[in-house]
Amino acid sequence: MYRYDEFDHALVQDRVKQFSGQVQRRLTGEITEDEFKPLRLMNGVYLQLHAYMLRVAVPYGTLSSRQMRMLAHIARKYDKGYGHFTTRQNIQYNWPALKDIPAILEDLASVEMHALQTSGNCIRNVTSDQYAGVAANEVEDPRIWSEIIRQWSTLHPEFSFLPRKFKFAVTGAPEDRAAIRVHDIGIELVKGEDGQTAFDIYVGGGQGRTPMIGKLIGKAISQENLLTYLEAIMRVYNMHGRRDHLFKSRIKILVHTIGEEEMRRQVEEEFAAMQKDGPVELPKAEIERIQAYFAAPAYETLENDPDELNAAFEKTPAFARWVKQNVAAHKVPGYAIANISLKPVGGVAGDASAEQMEKVAELADAYSFSEIRVTHEQNLVLADVPQKDLFALWQELDANGLGTPNLGLITDQIVCPGLDYCNLANARSIPIGQAIAKKFEDLDRQNDIGELKIKISGCINACGHHHVGHIGILGVDKKGTEFYQVSLGGSADEKTSLGDITGPAFTEDKIVGAVENIVETYLSERQNGERFLDTYRRIGMKPFKEKLYAAH
Amino acid sequence: MPLIKDGAFVEDAWTYADEEGPLPEGPVIVSLTRWQNEKEALAARTAPLGIKLLSGEEPKEIAGDLDKFAVIALDFPMFKNGRAYSYARLLRERYGYKGELRATGDVLRDQLFFMHRCGFDAYEVSQRITIDGWKEAMDEISVVYQPASDGRKTIFQARHGD
Repeated sequence: MYRYDEFDHALVQDRVKQFSGQVQRRLTGEITEDEFKPLRLMNGVYLQLHAYMLRVAVPYGTLSSRQMRMLAHIARKYDKGYGHFTTRQNIQYNWPALKDIPAILEDLASVEMHALQTSGNCIRNVTSDQYAGVAANEVEDPRIWSEIIRQWSTLHPEFSFLPRKFKFAVTGAPEDRAAIRVHDIGIELVKGEDGQTAFDIYVGGGQGRTPMIGKLIGKAISQENLLTYLEAIMRVYNMHGRRDHLFKSRIKILVHTIGEEEMRRQVEEEFAAMQKDGPVELPKAEIERIQAYFAAPAYETLENDPDELNAAFEKTPAFARWVKQNVAAHKVPGYAIANISLKPVGGVAGDASAEQMEKVAELADAYSFSEIRVTHEQNLVLADVPQKDLFALWQELDANGLGTPNLGLITDQIVCPGLDYCNLANARSIPIGQAIAKKFEDLDRQNDIGELKIKISGCINACGHHHVGHIGILGVDKKGTEFYQVSLGGSADEKTSLGDITGPAFTEDKIVGAVENIVETYLSERQNGERFLDTYRRIGMKPFKEKLYAAH
Repeated sequence: MPLIKDGAFVEDAWTYADEEGPLPEGPVIVSLTRWQNEKEALAARTAPLGIKLLSGEEPKEIAGDLDKFAVIALDFPMFKNGRAYSYARLLRERYGYKGELRATGDVLRDQLFFMHRCGFDAYEVSQRITIDGWKEAMDEISVVYQPASDGRKTIFQARHGD
């Protein structure tokens, strides 16, 4: 993975010092909370319902075991012993004291981490595919380009006060695990005509109040032109994005208002002019320098399906179930991608205790070249596990509450923090997710239902990605009572779709029954083992709706 | 409003003109509207002329007239409104403006670094700020990744010996 050089270190150290000064000015009362707000927001510090919250960037979701241990240390020393992995592949701490934040940032800097641009109206942490580098059919490791974009976007002088926050996602594989079409800018690596990596650039996707699917604005943009092209998009947005209305200020609204054609024309005009002004140069040597950090690790020569694996399957059905559900194919023979679910029944989606973080770090050292990935679906991944070691790995995971075999199943939900933590929320999300998981706890039943992605948001801002859930649940407040609106048929993959609302919302005590009703309809309509999403796309809303509201 | 230029507080010789009525003596800064309505009369004055662009008034509107202005003031109606960072870079990098580029409006200490990088060289600061505070704001980030109007050597360049 990428390692800081003297320059990256210098920037982060400078920033820690700068922010420490700002915190000091706040603590002594030299500046007011109002004056402090924009400063803390530049550094991932939010004021939530009960306390300050610190959001730490995990660039493109990749962590070393050393970094993971530091995250555990911070959870233990400055928080209540746990952290929360987010849909942006970041980690949040919910209970740090403001006075401790400079020390936390120092600790983070010591392992090449920071909280830069995890909040505020700037370019946020770049997210990517959790299978980067190990997926069989990818063009190139998307983290190379994510890192280049990370550096280019860090403290960008022109784009630190955009109309609104701005999210990039990058994928290198045709199967989209990074949800690039629901980001402000989504980038897919493709092969250009010359056989080199080039970039398809989708603009104006997003969720929130007005969900939109991104439009393909730049096709097969070359490596040499990438940063200039991105800068052209950002400049068009910075100059023309609306600033008079909070809900209309994302780039998706600009693209929607002026149209895809006009957006492309403006970007290309700006791009052509920038090439004359002086493009953003990306030296070949710099690309190669960063590529070298993402070179494949020293894989051993191993065979697929080793005997010890098959023997373990026979002896331990629970292990076989975990492998079937949580382990994905690796591009190198004899290796596997192991997903670690952070969705145990009764838990909080994405939460990990300090002990669990340390255990994962230890397992990464033992079995996966000391590297861990965070997924936007709030799970963890050990991406390079020898198949022969899977059983040993699983035993350790299982003994530490990390072996839940539910990846992609109905209990593997995305759930935002909701009204339990967040001061934007209208309704609680965590207890709803927990109640649904409890209802579908039986693993045979989950397996029978198959792939079904439930995504739950506690307000219209859609941090829980409800628009792209196969079943989406949105918490709303009606005269002081929490209601839950249901949508069906959303998806965040390469065939991105936005869910359709079923009809009137459900109360807290009816929502679990509603989900169960939808699942029953699916099971009775399912043909040839198709997934929930495929059934929905085939038969549409009507049969679901009829059953769902039959009693009313 | 205190004015910082070239790293020091300086006397501000400029006056902002009203939308209409007689112009004050000496150097004046006019609005885009007034410039567009009274181009000839304004260009015929002997005293130096400046122009102020509001958020939404893009540099291309005055791109052909830049030699008429000794000052261009770009307005930040709120510190959160960052359009003028783009305007500043366009004026410097695309249209080749060499005169004073002044930040006006909600100009805070913690934005000065970005403004300077985008080509501003004068700041009407709305916060209480000392020259030490100004210097600190300029120096606290010692390395930069992006090329911008200040011509600072970027990290990419430093790494690869340009």
